[in-house]
Amino acid sequence: MFFKNLLQLFRDVRNQKLRTFLTLFGIIWGSVAIILLLTVGDGLYSVSKKAAHGMGESICIMWPGRTSVAYEGFPRGRYIRFRETDAEILRSQVSEIELISPEYSRGVQVRVGKEYYSADLSAVYPEFQQMRNVIPEAGGRFINLLDLKYRRRVVFIGDEVEKDLFGAGKGLGQNIFINSIPFKVIGVLKKKIQSSNYNGPDGGRIIIPASTYQGIFGDRYISNMVYRAFDVKLTKQMIDRVYAVLAKVHRFDPADREALAIWDSTGMDQFFDTFFGGFSVFLGIVGCMTLIVGGIGVSNIMNVVVEERTREIGIKKALGAKNRLILGQYIIETLLVTGFGGFLGFVISFGIVSLVNLLNLQDYIGVLRISPLVAFVTIVILSLIGFIAGWFPARRAANLDPVMAIRG
Amino acid sequence: MIEMQNINRVYDTGRVKVHALRDVNLHIKEGELIAIMGPSGSGKSTLMNVIGCLDTPTSGRYSLDGKAVNDLDDNDLADIRNRKIGFVFQSFNLLSYASAFENVELPLIFMGMSTAKRKQRVTEMLARVGLADRMDHKPNELSGGQQQRVAIARALANHPRIILADEPTGNLDSASGKEILQLFLDLWKAGNTIIMITHDPSISENCERIIHLKDGMIENGAV
Ligand SMILES: Nc1ncnc2c1ncn2[C@@H]1O[C@H](COP(=O)(O)OP(=O)(O)OP(=O)(O)O)[C@@H](O)[C@H]1O
Ligand SMILES: [Mg+2]
Repeated sequence: MFFKNLLQLFRDVRNQKLRTFLTLFGIIWGSVAIILLLTVGDGLYSVSKKAAHGMGESICIMWPGRTSVAYEGFPRGRYIRFRETDAEILRSQVSEIELISPEYSRGVQVRVGKEYYSADLSAVYPEFQQMRNVIPEAGGRFINLLDLKYRRRVVFIGDEVEKDLFGAGKGLGQNIFINSIPFKVIGVLKKKIQSSNYNGPDGGRIIIPASTYQGIFGDRYISNMVYRAFDVKLTKQMIDRVYAVLAKVHRFDPADREALAIWDSTGMDQFFDTFFGGFSVFLGIVGCMTLIVGGIGVSNIMNVVVEERTREIGIKKALGAKNRLILGQYIIETLLVTGFGGFLGFVISFGIVSLVNLLNLQDYIGVLRISPLVAFVTIVILSLIGFIAGWFPARRAANLDPVMAIRG
Repeated sequence: MIEMQNINRVYDTGRVKVHALRDVNLHIKEGELIAIMGPSGSGKSTLMNVIGCLDTPTSGRYSLDGKAVNDLDDNDLADIRNRKIGFVFQSFNLLSYASAFENVELPLIFMGMSTAKRKQRVTEMLARVGLADRMDHKPNELSGGQQQRVAIARALANHPRIILADEPTGNLDSASGKEILQLFLDLWKAGNTIIMITHDPSISENCERIIHLKDGMIENGAV
């Protein structure tokens, strides 16, 4: 009988081609809107997040600061600068730190043949790579512990630098001169999207071992440190420990937050999550509105169907059909219509997403993928709308007075 | 089995109140064959709908099988219609898209009978009204008399004890009408209680009791 009702539904649908088409169109359009908006939102989110992580994931960058209170006989306004050894002290005394690297940096003239080129030079430990998402192109590598130990004259260069000096893909194994000293290019940065940086993006940077740098330039102080906690949740605690440890070494008030300048990039992640969370809700609401309009259409068509079947409903009631049976029948029919529209909506969305992915927009919206969550949310909203759209016509049908209904 | 005391049915159409039934008192015993007669608009259908629990009286007491119907909710009334009453209408009221078999099957589905049992019962009922070879026909593939026989098979499907027929031969030629009447007489002989509305004296003369209605009141035949 359920099957019979389905057949009847299809018959109604055939008799009401235009109306059904318009209604289905509303549902399809609504579900496509929800799915695509949420999916593009997702894509934007992951691209932005990836770009934000171009600089590194959950890292802290620490620069020298100036004390803001007098302490143990020292006046306020004293510069607190650090040396490479401070990094070792932090590594051994702050248990939350997983990775740490000092960073020397300066602008340098680079010579290749007779060409001169100015670039940002950083000198770091191998751990820098992992923290700052510095990924080499195939065939190359970042500086390693042996480079550091033997003060090797090796250099890792940014993709932009490579392009300017040698042309794309031609840098590996070449020699460049920094301060007239030859360095061998051991790795080239794999192009990355980087939305935030300090003293320049990595594409235009050249990186050498900290020890090699010391041997050449002999800087007393490093320009900054980069470090990361074992777990993002430990970041705040780690920063407090860093203040405490360095306060003892450099004799400043551990409560004096200006003595060190620390950029906690985990705050950025939180911002992204909040911002895109809100953005997704907004897009979801926009999609929902469209779907609600479709739902009103479905409700309308079901009202017409009930109207046309008034007599049949009356007959069924006279034969002993209970109200809830009739209620259920019409709600299920509405859910089927909505479900069918939603299904087509999904199919169309998959098609559009696949097409968009062919369009090379990866840098802007990433590779689009309809996530299970988006699918789930859409299905929940669809069912809800289908149910509400069916509820009112179905209740009208169930509550028909049988005598009046039979009369038609 | 049917006891009515001071039954009134008033239709409130907003401007005017139509008194379709006025202080109807009626007793019907099990196994009776009754004709209800009266001019158009006298309240025959209204009375039948109240008896069949398709409509509820505005006031008065109605008890069926010793049970007060007034206090029952929609659900219980649906159960009564399903199990105790079989309706036959002047215009057949078959579902046009369903076959004879499926039409007869309906009350059995509402009752919750299993598919296998339904098949057996429907076949039996259609055979009883002489339509064993028409099971898969749609109503528009059957003659008026045949359609009414399907409707009777449907009314009988749940083995109700009361058959209510509102002008069952009104839309049929006299030959088909006679066949249908014969069916009702057979059912009566088999022990069913049958109440028929009719304008046709050649039908009512077969009944042991005739209730005459006028202006919503029973003129005679109340007891
Ligand atoms: N739903 C309704 N609303 C208002 N008045 C109604 C309604 N149904 C019936 N009536 C009125 O109630 C009275 C009795 O109607 P009913 O249908 O019972 O008459 P009847 O005896 O069956 O007539 P007929 O022989 O023409 O079928 C009539 O005056 C009719 O107009
Ligand atoms: Mg009538």
